[in-house]
Amino acid sequence: MADRPLLEVDRLSTHYVSSRGTRVVRAVDEVSFTLRAGETLGVVGESGSGKTTLALSLLRLLPPAARIVGGAVRFEGEDLVTKSPGEMRRIRGRRIAMILQDPMASLNPLFTVGDQVSEPLRVHEGTRRGAAWERARALLKAVRIPAPEQRVREYPHQMSGGMRQRIVGAIAISCEPRLLIADEPTTSLDVTIQAQYLRLLRDLQREHGLALIFITHNLGIVARMCDTVAVMYAGRVVEGGPVRRIFSSPAHPYTQALVDSIPRLGDGPARLTAIDGQPPDLVSPPTGCAFHPRCPRALDRCRQEEPPAFEVLAAHTARCWLAAPGTP
Amino acid sequence: MTAPGRANGQPGAAVVEARHLVKHFPIRRGLFARSAGAVRAVDDVSFVVEAGRTLGVVGESGCGKTTTAKLVLRLEQPTAGEILFEGRNLVDLGPEGHSHYRRSVQAVFQDPYASLNPRMRVDAIVMEPLVTNETLPAAEVAARLRRLLDLVGLPRRAAELFPHEFSGGQRQRIAIARALALSPRLVVLDEPVSALDVSIRAQILNLLTDLQRELGLAYLFIAHDLAAVAHMSHTIAVMYLGKIVELGDARTVARDPKHPYTQALFSAALPSHPDEVREEILLPGEVPSPANPPAGCRFHPRCPQAMDRCARDVPALAPAAGRDVSCWLYDPAGARAPAGAR
Repeated sequence: MADRPLLEVDRLSTHYVSSRGTRVVRAVDEVSFTLRAGETLGVVGESGSGKTTLALSLLRLLPPAARIVGGAVRFEGEDLVTKSPGEMRRIRGRRIAMILQDPMASLNPLFTVGDQVSEPLRVHEGTRRGAAWERARALLKAVRIPAPEQRVREYPHQMSGGMRQRIVGAIAISCEPRLLIADEPTTSLDVTIQAQYLRLLRDLQREHGLALIFITHNLGIVARMCDTVAVMYAGRVVEGGPVRRIFSSPAHPYTQALVDSIPRLGDGPARLTAIDGQPPDLVSPPTGCAFHPRCPRALDRCRQEEPPAFEVLAAHTARCWLAAPGTP
Repeated sequence: MTAPGRANGQPGAAVVEARHLVKHFPIRRGLFARSAGAVRAVDDVSFVVEAGRTLGVVGESGCGKTTTAKLVLRLEQPTAGEILFEGRNLVDLGPEGHSHYRRSVQAVFQDPYASLNPRMRVDAIVMEPLVTNETLPAAEVAARLRRLLDLVGLPRRAAELFPHEFSGGQRQRIAIARALALSPRLVVLDEPVSALDVSIRAQILNLLTDLQRELGLAYLFIAHDLAAVAHMSHTIAVMYLGKIVELGDARTVARDPKHPYTQALFSAALPSHPDEVREEILLPGEVPSPANPPAGCRFHPRCPQAMDRCARDVPALAPAAGRDVSCWLYDPAGARAPAGAR
């Protein structure tokens, strides 16, 4: 494994522009992070924080109203932002794959499972039908679908939610990608099925040396699965660093409040730490730090000036004036 | 669980008691809609919800928790079994008793985007139950509305706005205000925070805790987020394929689950910190269809500790280690007679 990171996102900004160009939403604003082969990054945030737009920007799958306005996405040394649509098509599904939240919406109800699992192989690698189906059977086995010989000939509606999500997983790994982006992959699954699926993803990661990006609102998934975390708020990564560090000593008040607001199993009825107010509307974001209206420790400075990313410790950054050097 | 039928109103008094509730949905097939078996959604379930306390119901899709909630809300009629309200059987209550029950048992649902009529202003939404059920002078209605808005932490000017002008968390507050309009004794909370953002969930859970303390409400709390249920509940009922497999004090069950299914379920719950490592018990396969549940203990085909007996005999819910468990593992000396004839 080379020392160079597999993925290097450098001050990436994606904006949504209204049709008349009068309103601009900075959905992703100067986001930077790096990811090495075999590592797992968790991108956490609430709805509207820009986490899904970030994932779509990496794959250049943005809706027409959205545009990457700055920054670079270096994947294996090449900048994806400057690639042509044709080049991107050869990368998607082959070197970078994605798993979406709802498996029923990402599978085509009119094609058999075998057709759908073998499609990327036929498209990207020109594998012949027979050989591709053979691979499909092996892939279904790899994602632990019982009786794969029979299941390849069946349709998505004949399977349970957990099985469908595993099939989506099989499609994602079919071309042995280097990076897998999973956007809320287990939200529609039951608790024990979720545990099965997370275990499967971790096994696949280990076997193939995959790098994983988990887009989620669930800190529990981050705690279980990830090596590093990027916490997003109002389009920006407000805190990033190694997972243990972020959970044990978060530097940003938002991260702190998120970590404190999750109930712990085995605690009795007691008050939870709640965050007052609501996430901001990105059409008219607050001045200064976007979190200041909800922040219990806001200073005067926070209302006026937007904090840059300060290094709290090596590899641990926070966009908060409290983390500025010299602040007690 | 405490003895039912204590005096009304005081904390710990049984508000609603379910005895051997059964709900089967017939499967109809063919031209003449002949009955072809039944989905046993809820099969012999008993519990008590007490004033000022929360009964949490956990389980995966198809375990019957939502059907149980519907039975309590009288949105479904039970196939068998009975519901007691403040110690009196619902069947014995007249039409007046029924309408009293309906007023006393209210619900808050998962999706505040679907549960509020977009064409009604907040005051009309919150006051609708009051206007339909009681004849009150307008001044009294207005006073009640103000009190309800204060109670759930909404500004008074919210009354004149429409639901779309509120965020998800605020909408859920509106839904809670509506549920409280008739001063109910029991509120059924069906996944009340799952549709909300993480930073808003704690606000709503705290609000529910405060309201319970203030008003002595009983809650039937249904959710798939185990930590949230364990946090909110005094008692937890774990359901699997239409049956309660474990029932007891929330902390006892959450910290030291006894039924193999509860153990697997709680081991699969996500940690709140990366250092919180639990032994993962991965269950093979998926939940079987409730239309054709396995014989014996319904969990036995997936149970890591199944014995021969589990495939034959149905275990009854019986006291073990400070809670009720329905599992042959906790059968003293294996001497108990096979209970619960099917």
